[in-house]
Amino acid sequence: MTFLYLAPQGAVDDEVLTIIETCLWANFGYEIRQLGSSAEPEYAFDLRRRQYSSTLILRQLVVKCPPDAARILAVTEKDLFIPMLSFIFGQAQLNGTVAIISLARLRQEFYGLPSNRMLLLARVVKEALHEMGHTFGLIHCPERTCPMSLSTNIHQVDTKGSEFCAGCRALLRENIGATYEQAANIMRAED
Amino acid sequence: MKTRWEILVVDDEEVMRESLAAWLREDGYDVNTASSGRDAIEKARQKDYAIYFIDLKMPGGIDGIETMMEVRKVHPEASIIIITAYATVDTAITAMKEGAQEYIVKPCNPEEISLLVNRIIKIKNLQRENTILRKKLTKQYCFHDIISKNPKMLEIFQLIQEIASLRSTVLLQGESGTGKELIARAIHFSGDRAEQPFIGVSCAALAETLLESELFGHEKGSFTGAVTQKKGKFEMADGGTIFLDEIGDISPKLQMDLLRVLQERCFYRVGGSEEIKVDVRIIAATNVDLQQAVLDGKFRDDLFYRLNVINIRIPPLRDRREDIPVLARSFVERIAHELGKEVSDISEGSLKLLLDHNWPGNVRELENAVERAIVTCRGRALTEEDFTFLTPRVEANRGWSVPANVTLQELEKEVIAATIQRTHGNIKEAAAALGIDRSTLYERIKKFEIPR
Repeated sequence: MTFLYLAPQGAVDDEVLTIIETCLWANFGYEIRQLGSSAEPEYAFDLRRRQYSSTLILRQLVVKCPPDAARILAVTEKDLFIPMLSFIFGQAQLNGTVAIISLARLRQEFYGLPSNRMLLLARVVKEALHEMGHTFGLIHCPERTCPMSLSTNIHQVDTKGSEFCAGCRALLRENIGATYEQAANIMRAED
Repeated sequence: MKTRWEILVVDDEEVMRESLAAWLREDGYDVNTASSGRDAIEKARQKDYAIYFIDLKMPGGIDGIETMMEVRKVHPEASIIIITAYATVDTAITAMKEGAQEYIVKPCNPEEISLLVNRIIKIKNLQRENTILRKKLTKQYCFHDIISKNPKMLEIFQLIQEIASLRSTVLLQGESGTGKELIARAIHFSGDRAEQPFIGVSCAALAETLLESELFGHEKGSFTGAVTQKKGKFEMADGGTIFLDEIGDISPKLQMDLLRVLQERCFYRVGGSEEIKVDVRIIAATNVDLQQAVLDGKFRDDLFYRLNVINIRIPPLRDRREDIPVLARSFVERIAHELGKEVSDISEGSLKLLLDHNWPGNVRELENAVERAIVTCRGRALTEEDFTFLTPRVEANRGWSVPANVTLQELEKEVIAATIQRTHGNIKEAAAALGIDRSTLYERIKKFEIPR
């Protein structure tokens, strides 16, 4: 049996981790486990950019990947980057095992606005589904309300919904198979 | 079908190229990476990419600008984005001058790069759609294997359909390379005789006695070398069509024999006494003015009138220049496929060059020119550089002065003799170089008594 692992990088709000667990379990059908708490990813800190390299964190996760992990989703409060881009909300290996999301730019405070917990949780769910979707082979979706649509700014994150569109659902069903059916049953039972 | 576009990311820094590649893959692109300029050039030689992201500063002797220049030699229309961490006005100007589509400074905003990629891909999709539409348009202008949108040619297509099922003799007149045989085939294959044989004979290629035997066949022992009985082309074409190319070159005796076939639909084999009846439709073709030949006493008037029942004059290519782009594109598609080359387009610049050329050898010369360009082409599209062999001819002609007291025939003889000498007697090669077909060359060799 394989599991979907959550890997907090340093201190991460419990409520955030819980909502991610719930949404991943409901959408992908895997039982969720947490990797033991790890330190802040200081090894990935770039002094010049004052941001954290998501590529280096993902590489580290691949090394630490437990044998029973179907996928690992890392969560960090740190602002992430790849060398080409000024920032990223998250990164994943397409059809791979590891993914990461950053909470830094999902918080209203980043934009100089008052904190909004509900909005943060809604954004977290969308980004977690988005990056995990990539690991299950989904690419960016042209449907703007689908969580798999590309977000290059926070407004685009807010425009998205938290339910996969019919096209992405069909692809997921194809790529995950039995586990997805199990997830679909869970969602139907909850309805 | 939706195209899966391919992108090449070129950077010596592994984290940089792999992270950008991963980000682009999430958008549904097939992404390949190269760790140096040399690696990128090698990969570009193997296939063309929709977009090339090339880092400006790379070690190993070839920087981003040089890499871009080499890639553009292989793919002149390549969309190249130069990436740099250290922007200077000079490098930006150099990059754009050498053909970079964009020049971006890293790190850049995800939105900016996403919009940029989308814009380029949108153009690529439009270009692809344009190619598909052009192909559809070519089919619309295609009648059997003949492509034209010229009003005179369209009238010919209409006429072909009207006369296809008649038995009336057709006389095709047109310069060398205008496609007389294609028209003859179109007539045959559009009519009731389509299932029956279509037999072509080049009257200029054979000596009189051989041509007689070729057309009417011979009996065993009728002449030295006639060791068996042989059927002639007329018998072989029974029920179908015989195409007599270069009819203006046949001897007076053959003109007489042919007249008999046309009048009585029967003939005798060489050395034979049995009358052979055939049901053959005759399509004759010539690039000489038969009416003038009749006036000059070189061609029988009664045969001319028998042949000239339906007359089709095919315009030379210079009088239907609107066909040049559509013909050139069609040749690119067919010849590239035949030669197994990945050439699929022709640039606007080269089309302009082709439109400006005079094409004395007509469609065949154009076809030969496209083939030659495809053979030497290193990219996916033919460019002006691939047609440089057309330019010197024009320039040479401009600088060349006609010697005094030389007739046109003497000049023609000189040119043909020199070409045959240059090709060491290879008639196919000489005909291609002169832009005329082999039967016309044979006819000229015979006419001017040029030694081979």
